[in-house]
Amino acid sequence: MTSLWLLPLPIIVPFATAVLAFLFRRGAEGRWISVMGSAATLVLGVLLLMEVLANGPQAAQMGEWPAPFGITLVADTLSAVMVVITGITGLAVAIYAVADITEDMEEMGYHSLFQVLIAGVSGAFLTGDLFNLYVWFEVMLISSFGLLILGGKRVQFDAGIKYVTLNLISTILFLSGIGLLYGTTGTLNLADLSRIAPTVDPGLMTVISMMFMVGFGVKAAVFPLFFWLPASYHTPSFAVSAVFAGLLTKVGVYAMMRLFTLVFTQDIAFTHTILLWVACLTMVTGVLGAAAQTDFRRILSFHIVSQIGYMILGLALMTPLAVVGAVFYLVHHIIVKANLFLVAGVANRIAGGTELARIGSLYKGAPFLAFLFLVPAFSLAGFPPLSGFWAKYVLVKASMDIELWIVAFVALAVGLMTIYSMTKIWGQAFWKPHPGGIVPTLTSLEPGERMALLLPIVSLALMTVLIGLYPEPFVLVAERAAEELLDPAAYIAAVLGEEEILQ
Amino acid sequence: MEVFVAIMVGALVTASVYLMLARNVLRFLFGLVLLSNAANLVIFAAGGLTPEAPPLIAPGANAPPEGVANALPQALVLTAIVIGFGLFAFALTLVYRGYQNLGTLDTDEMRLAEPVEAEKT
Amino acid sequence: MKSSLIVRAATRLLVGLLLLFSIWMLLRGHNEPGGGFIGGLIGSTGFILYAIAHGCRAAREALRLEPQTIAMVGLGVALAAGAFAAIPGDALFTGQWLFLWPSEGSKGVPLSNILVFDIGVYLVVLGSVLTLVLALEEEV
Repeated sequence: MTSLWLLPLPIIVPFATAVLAFLFRRGAEGRWISVMGSAATLVLGVLLLMEVLANGPQAAQMGEWPAPFGITLVADTLSAVMVVITGITGLAVAIYAVADITEDMEEMGYHSLFQVLIAGVSGAFLTGDLFNLYVWFEVMLISSFGLLILGGKRVQFDAGIKYVTLNLISTILFLSGIGLLYGTTGTLNLADLSRIAPTVDPGLMTVISMMFMVGFGVKAAVFPLFFWLPASYHTPSFAVSAVFAGLLTKVGVYAMMRLFTLVFTQDIAFTHTILLWVACLTMVTGVLGAAAQTDFRRILSFHIVSQIGYMILGLALMTPLAVVGAVFYLVHHIIVKANLFLVAGVANRIAGGTELARIGSLYKGAPFLAFLFLVPAFSLAGFPPLSGFWAKYVLVKASMDIELWIVAFVALAVGLMTIYSMTKIWGQAFWKPHPGGIVPTLTSLEPGERMALLLPIVSLALMTVLIGLYPEPFVLVAERAAEELLDPAAYIAAVLGEEEILQ
Repeated sequence: MEVFVAIMVGALVTASVYLMLARNVLRFLFGLVLLSNAANLVIFAAGGLTPEAPPLIAPGANAPPEGVANALPQALVLTAIVIGFGLFAFALTLVYRGYQNLGTLDTDEMRLAEPVEAEKT
Repeated sequence: MKSSLIVRAATRLLVGLLLLFSIWMLLRGHNEPGGGFIGGLIGSTGFILYAIAHGCRAAREALRLEPQTIAMVGLGVALAAGAFAAIPGDALFTGQWLFLWPSEGSKGVPLSNILVFDIGVYLVVLGSVLTLVLALEEEV
């Protein structure tokens, strides 16, 4: 009974919140409903994680149709951790949105779109069925389209067209891949696929895996498919770009991790070599792109791309340690990246822009904000004792263990380049005097607003420090997630039952 | 039968790639519509195509007769068509709004979100 | 823009028929072709026809509620129907059946949460199609 309902609830609660928030969108109730709903989702996520850690992977069959015929929801450690992180990001952004989102946007239904997005993300993390994953991707897409152009600035339409068209191509590729996979194997249940995949022609499976690699590659924004990301992430409101930056690309990474450990493992020498190249090139191009930018949010957008490379690197190496690194990186990155976009939002609010040439004096006027920027920024670059240090350390160690010296060097050099572009933000936005001659201070915000804007930033920064100082429990969970990914027997047993009745 | 559908998918993809290479966003969108139809046909063909053998179970029987097409991909295609319909309706509205706001459908001129260095100063 | 007399006269008859037909489609949907999705599409056709004949404002007034609200309420109804399975302790979206007044030879009048779910789908489709179409009509 518990797992039967713990699994679907992190999806249902955001949907129900969306309905309520929409009906109350004209008043202040809407935003508080959104905050309460996000808090409930987080609590449910934590309960689910505890259940999974105590009793191993959990599965629930929707409508009581037995797997592999019905839609199965599955939570192994990775899924449960991702649901918790989704809850944390969702709650942080929902609180931030109280001050950041204007009443016009609320009336257009911002909060309900946001909750539908969270539902889609949770659904994508929890589903055990490939076609259902496609449906959750579409739920996410539709709501992200709405969020991206909400506000109706000209630049948002420009960004929106690029985002929509390129993402549509990726979903079509994903869909064709599903068709081919079903034609080849006769099932779309992930656990069942994992069982059947070794019995069909490996060449054909590799071809199909390429369709999925490209489809998810666009979503995850890897080289050379990332162009939609820096073109669009700096245009919507800050709350929206924070949740996009934190969660959306990571769903693509998650889907890749799931499929390339569970289903497409016939020809690891071939597929994962491609992933290795993709990972290195993504890291390098992303960080070089960041170095060339002059806008707060665009630098951060390119950093997302370069960081995605690290996660794909962990998947590409496929050693137990590397997968631990990838999982750890995934978790750390979501917290840090969402936080940096939230800081950019406050900087925009008090200094009047995100174009680095037009702002300044933030260190002088708001040293607290400067400190809050430094924590995630250093963490992103991989400075001890913050969370990013351990994430990078594990990945670099994993690549040195199998003597891929060049890969380890690239990973370290990209970290250095990250610091370079972070110092650019630091020097321009925080140290340089404001070109308008004003000194932006946090006290220029109303007390209530200040609270709503700073509370999520402080909490996320504390989390970064906490992971950095006490990494052990987090690494243990990541290790367990990696174990389950590399040996999916427990996952399959949870979905199909102990004895495989349906041969 | 599958061979014909495969050729048809190939033709659709060719036409859609040709359209998507155009600079005009509207042509790009039409290319995308064709591509999504090609994807739907791929799924449809994956279930097997058998003329004159509908996947129906006769009254009193427990299973359909041998050799019928798999009905699940047809259900999947239906879902995909519905989702695709929603997405393209949205995309079309977006392009229309974009045209009103930006005054162009030429992708080369859509540089508002990513300004060229020279124009910025 | 004024539409022709023929359209307006025919609309008067057709709108009612279309809405009735859509509800009939919704109700027969469990075992025969039909259901919430088709019903919703047919129902929205009725309102779109009305909008073509009498203008979008008149259609919005005839709807009384905003189409977005209808869609969201529909989503809520569908969710509630799915979550109803929790009461007997089944998994989400498990069908629950209640047969009223059963007698010899007939199971009685069947009531199920599946019908409620279908009504939710009907409202979602009606609302979202009308949102899109009316927004486009008003602009172009």
